[in-house]
Amino acid sequence: MERLPNPARRAMLAAGTMALLPLRGRAAARVDILNVSYDPTRELYKKFNAAFARHWTDQEGGDIGIRMSHGGSGAQARSVIDGLNADVVTLALAYDIDAIAAAGRLARDWQARMPDGSTPYTSTIVFLVRKGNPKQIKDWSDLTRRGVQVITPNPKTSGGARWNFLAAYAWALNEGGDAKALAYARDLLKNVPVLDTGARGATITFTERGIGDVLLAWENEAFLSIAEAKPGTFEVVVPSLSILAEPPVAVVDQVVDRRGTRKLAEAYLQYLYTPDGQEICAQNFYRPRLQSVAQKYQHQFPMVKLSTIEQFGGWTQAQQRFFADGGIFDQIYRPGG
Amino acid sequence: MAVAASLSGWRKPSVLPGFGPSFGLTITYLSLIVLLPLAAMVLTTIGGGWQSFLHAVLQPRALAAFRVTLSCAGGSAAIAAAAGLLIAWVLVRHRFPGRRLMDAFVDLPFALPTAVAGIALTSLYAPNGWIGSLLAPLGIRVAFTPLGIVVALTFIGLPFVVRAVQPVLQELEHEQEEASHMLGASGWQTFRRVIFPALTPALLTGFTMALARGLGEYGSVIFIAGNKPMISEIVPLLIVIDLDQFNYAGATALGTTMLLISFLLLLAINRLQDWMRVRHGD
Repeated sequence: MERLPNPARRAMLAAGTMALLPLRGRAAARVDILNVSYDPTRELYKKFNAAFARHWTDQEGGDIGIRMSHGGSGAQARSVIDGLNADVVTLALAYDIDAIAAAGRLARDWQARMPDGSTPYTSTIVFLVRKGNPKQIKDWSDLTRRGVQVITPNPKTSGGARWNFLAAYAWALNEGGDAKALAYARDLLKNVPVLDTGARGATITFTERGIGDVLLAWENEAFLSIAEAKPGTFEVVVPSLSILAEPPVAVVDQVVDRRGTRKLAEAYLQYLYTPDGQEICAQNFYRPRLQSVAQKYQHQFPMVKLSTIEQFGGWTQAQQRFFADGGIFDQIYRPGG
Repeated sequence: MAVAASLSGWRKPSVLPGFGPSFGLTITYLSLIVLLPLAAMVLTTIGGGWQSFLHAVLQPRALAAFRVTLSCAGGSAAIAAAAGLLIAWVLVRHRFPGRRLMDAFVDLPFALPTAVAGIALTSLYAPNGWIGSLLAPLGIRVAFTPLGIVVALTFIGLPFVVRAVQPVLQELEHEQEEASHMLGASGWQTFRRVIFPALTPALLTGFTMALARGLGEYGSVIFIAGNKPMISEIVPLLIVIDLDQFNYAGATALGTTMLLISFLLLLAINRLQDWMRVRHGD
């Protein structure tokens, strides 16, 4: 929640208290659900929650509240596995929700329950560079040049960083097979001076602390940085090939059935697929699935050739091969030179 | 000594009423806050089996992290000990304007959230920071290298040394120094043979506490370390990374090993302290 100046906060508190008073007599209590999400969705869900609450009150009546929790995707999934009562999860990659399903908290076929593999919006990985692109970074090949510093979080802890890594790998694979891709990934990591634990941390390292020449970022995070910084501080560079990042959403069966919030939780996620919901996604720089909305915001999203996670056999395989202990990431990470 | 005191005090009447309730409370408190969580961790580790324990602890990345953690914590505790001794000396032995203010500054690292310390140090020592930009032309990089970890841990560990040495230094009788001087010892000899031995136990205590704190420190380090595997990744971070990969067995294995190492180190230093007390006579 944003900090409001004191008088404003007091006024809001007073208004809130007054609004609550008449409710006390009525039987209909306010229903809360908790959405456990990853780092860069803060702005998206702030807007979306307000819109959905209005929609729900109009359609069904009754007062609802949506609480948010943000953090690294893996850490968030772990909290849910360990017992955090999330009614819905909206995470960075399917692997993290699979892990929750493996712990028995939701059905294993969760991804088939909603349209588009339960991913209402997509994103991709782009480069964020400093004003005027002083190092002339145009494509993935420029990232391994001497003297170019690349900022990306640690793929072991950050969902976004896994997409970054796979995007880079997919490009190199396209250029010349597995051996070339391995060598490229190794060279790329040599140019990474800091491995932050989460996507937001890496963004701050690049934008606020001024470290590095290029940030590998979620497209939405990159556009948001530009929107929030002084005009002309940063530029987005779109590489020749990137990856289609599909952040999935799911209802946590065990929690909604116990709390009796299934109807609300399902309606909440469904609303993401409606034209209104899709519009809010697009306004927050997530690529909408719905054709009509996609066309409307076409100018906002650069055309880019996209690889998909299917190229790596889905998330379970990709996780095992690249990011598990002893996987490719561990193998190529060796002290500089 | 502490053990001897508690044994001789066993069931003797004391100022505090009721040995029974207070002893019971002590046991309960220690169990709930300290022993049970540690026991749970060790049990989880044992549940994972030897194979996975060895696999988690002996993989190159974990070994490198142990090396980084131990060497940085040790190095920074040594620096903190030297600098802390000097600061304590200045604060006790000299009178100057602003002394009390400086005395209060020493405690700041205790109170400051460690993440704040880490971020502040990082922006100072980053290649484009105030100090970092001066060091960069000399080819010295502090932030995002193990050197940065040492800086952060020295910051965190300093007050432990100062606060351990200060009271002892205050108690030290001036007459001893005068006697030493009268017997013809030079200033250096007086320091080395008279003052330093008296301070050593306190200095060791400070060093130990700084070291113990450094081994477990997470908040300030992750900001300045760069967190690169094999180079500047500390064990506490590796534990968090393991947890984020849902690898509970690996995380608890690292935690248990860390516990063991810390315990052995502290034990060794305590023994050393006792031995020195006996040698120099308390």
